[in-house]
Amino acid sequence: MADTTSDPSRRTIERYTPNERTNHWTVAIVFILTALSGLALFHPALYWLSGLLGGGTWTRILHPFLGVLMAICFALLAATMWKFNRMERRDWQWLRQGRDVLNNREANAPEVGRYNGGQKLLFFVFVLCVLGLLLSGLVIWRQYFSLYFSVGVVRAAAVVHAICAFVMICAIVVHIYAAFWVKGSIAAMTRGTVTPGWAWKHHRAWFREKIHATHSRTRSD
Amino acid sequence: MALQSLDIVRRSATTTHPPTVRKAQTGTVAKLIDTTKCIGCKACQVACMEWNDLRDEIGTNVGGYQNPHDLTDQSWTLMRFAEYENPARGGDLEWLIRKDGCMHCADPGCLKACPAPGAIVQYANGIVDFQEENCIGCGYCIAGCPFNIPRISQRDHKAYKCTLCSDRVAVGLEPACIKSCPTGALVWGTKEDMHQHAAERVEDLKSRGFDQAGVYDPPGVGGTHVMYVLHHADQPELYNGLPEDPRISLSTRLWKGVTKPLALAGIALTALAGFFHFIRVGRNETHESDEQAAAQATERARHG
Ligand code: HEM
Ligand code: SF4
Ligand code: SF4
Repeated sequence: MADTTSDPSRRTIERYTPNERTNHWTVAIVFILTALSGLALFHPALYWLSGLLGGGTWTRILHPFLGVLMAICFALLAATMWKFNRMERRDWQWLRQGRDVLNNREANAPEVGRYNGGQKLLFFVFVLCVLGLLLSGLVIWRQYFSLYFSVGVVRAAAVVHAICAFVMICAIVVHIYAAFWVKGSIAAMTRGTVTPGWAWKHHRAWFREKIHATHSRTRSD
Repeated sequence: MALQSLDIVRRSATTTHPPTVRKAQTGTVAKLIDTTKCIGCKACQVACMEWNDLRDEIGTNVGGYQNPHDLTDQSWTLMRFAEYENPARGGDLEWLIRKDGCMHCADPGCLKACPAPGAIVQYANGIVDFQEENCIGCGYCIAGCPFNIPRISQRDHKAYKCTLCSDRVAVGLEPACIKSCPTGALVWGTKEDMHQHAAERVEDLKSRGFDQAGVYDPPGVGGTHVMYVLHHADQPELYNGLPEDPRISLSTRLWKGVTKPLALAGIALTALAGFFHFIRVGRNETHESDEQAAAQATERARHG
């Protein structure tokens, strides 16, 4: 059976507005640049990544500015998505049935709203990591801020920064793979739309909300 | 100062063996700073400026002898003055003067912390040297150093500190500061000879009533290639906060230890887990049956 989500004529449900998509991909691009430049300093085995931004010194100069830009863009995105990411009881049950989900048997798990339990957890991991990266990053930003902190604080911040970066990068790898794995998700973020079948299959509670909203509106017209 | 290149025992952010064909056949070097002989004339500070062509900004006098107030990218050595009223001697005033600067640790925290390959090297003779052309200016060395030594220039944003005159030592000369000292408070030689000389000095001091006189060669950093003779070796903190038991801090060891390769492995494993999930389970597709179920649900909603 062929996947139906790539057929544009079927993709009638809007999932992301153009503004949301722009915001998401800005964060994505800036994140990649920040993460790769950070990894260049993380371990000698990856120092070659410093070539990406024009060498070690340019990496040192640009990485923190990119990081701050990313944190600002991420804050905007998180603010628009916050209300959809509150954990509910069904999300915990959904997570408990992770094995079913991972084996493409998600029909056994409870219905999912706009986001599933995994996406919501990931959302909060991102929020915490970006906050941790921003605060610790400012402390280890030698050119402007480190002089305001004692050496003990700078040392601790370096550890916090490395830990948050590690968790964040792993979480992003999961995020990217999940988007690829669930066919139709990438189109949702690139073109903004999904097919009714996709919404039915992966986010049934959200699908119901959507059609009820449209049809109660048409009826009252 | 990249004069030596065949005798590098450690190189920052480098996972392969640095060139070590030349060995320190006659032993490692050491500078011995005898605080009990120092009169605080600062000849060594001037000699350092001269040899290295450094000129710090002229600061303001705040009523003390210490000048400049701190180490800077232009001042790689600094006489620190402390006034100590010794209770054991009825409150007698002692003027404790310590020549501050890089200690050239056997286990250098700066080198451990540095992320730029070859920005910090340690020669076989024990000297720890910054190679500024490889420095990216991140300042990790400042966080790594237990002695608060490296300074970043506000002009070129590179890290600087005492080189132990590696350029002079490489051609068989003693450091400039040693040459200038008028009292013999600064002595230069192999580390072994310096220990011998220090032991004689300590014996002499003890015979004059300084019971706690001793040598400062802190084992926490594997020993140093700059050592002190102190009247109060039991209280190094008296000398403007010379640390009692310096070592590379726990957070720096945590930050730069096995955790890093483990973290890289963790990232790689996460990516591999995704890849093999795809290989074993495959993608989660939406089929015609899902579209039909959705269409029926929509229909029900419309008439419901
Ligand atoms: C949010 C604002 C951020 C600021 C202000 C910031 C700042 C810094 C600074 C100052 C450094 C030290 C090296 C340098 O001078 O470039 C650094 C290192 C690093 N950053 Fe960031 N950063 C931020 C965000 C991020 C993000 C989003 C990532 C990617 C996940 C990241 C990953 C790293 C890594 C891996 C290192 C090397 C850490 C190490 O050597 O242990 N940073 N960051
Ligand atoms: S500032 Fe210090 S830690 Fe950073 S690259 Fe230069 S020498 Fe290495
Ligand atoms: S005193 Fe500081 S700068 Fe000098 S070698 Fe030791 S750790 Fe490095």
